[in-house]
Amino acid sequence: MLARWIEAAGISTVTVTMMPDVAVAAPRVVGVEFPFGHPFGLPGDVALQRRVLTTALTLLAGASAPGTRVDIDVEWPVPLRDAYRSWQPAEPSPIVAAMLARMRGEG
Amino acid sequence: MRVDSFRFLPRSFRPLYEHVEAPEGDMPWAAFEPRLAGATVALLTSAGLHLEGVQPPFDLDRERREPTWGDPSWRSIPAGVSSGELGMCHLHVNSADVLADHNVALPTDRLAELVSEGVVGATAPQHVSVMGYQERSLDGWRTRTLPEVLDLLRGEAADGVVLAPV
Repeated sequence: MLARWIEAAGISTVTVTMMPDVAVAAPRVVGVEFPFGHPFGLPGDVALQRRVLTTALTLLAGASAPGTRVDIDVEWPVPLRDAYRSWQPAEPSPIVAAMLARMRGEG
Repeated sequence: MRVDSFRFLPRSFRPLYEHVEAPEGDMPWAAFEPRLAGATVALLTSAGLHLEGVQPPFDLDRERREPTWGDPSWRSIPAGVSSGELGMCHLHVNSADVLADHNVALPTDRLAELVSEGVVGATAPQHVSVMGYQERSLDGWRTRTLPEVLDLLRGEAADGVVLAPV
């Protein structure tokens, strides 16, 4: 929604997102199939970070219609099983902990 | 190739995201007027970044007490920041990689390189960090953060913003 509000105020935006199917409100969208917490890639991976940013800037400057979406065709270079675990916080977030407690009948 | 938005999401979370509808009304559209090589670009992250020891951290204690609430405030992050200067406040993602290299979430160094190469005209002097977990109404963002962030962006004459939720 921040992208939508900033755009409505007259400043162009592009959103890099791991969930492009959910970012339906954003005027320009770059989809990346990366784990949460890593919109531009891995630490120290200058080439990948640069590729994501330049794609976003190309879309920012060149998209001709609202709702334009481009997906970056890069496979996350860490095995899925490891990446799936490692992006998650060490402790469940408070809302997730509360949901789990409710499911267990504690809430 | 089409990105799978759910590839890294625990299956039990999918129902929360599968039936998203666009907000009512036309999609807003601000045409990007300048050439990129003459434009000023700002970055916005939802990673909950702040200048360690200089800016107050985002309020995670209150989120722990009130799990449906998230700190709606924002921080300005200077364009020349180094990873060692930053703290990260976010209870929903592992912060290790962002703390090791902030460009994972807020690519200030990559933007600076593109400016020095003449691809982008200028970096905004101050970028923006919010913390992405928010209460459903988004009232804090809408009524306070948004006007303040717009003031910053306009003051810096930003032509465009690259937003990257974590």
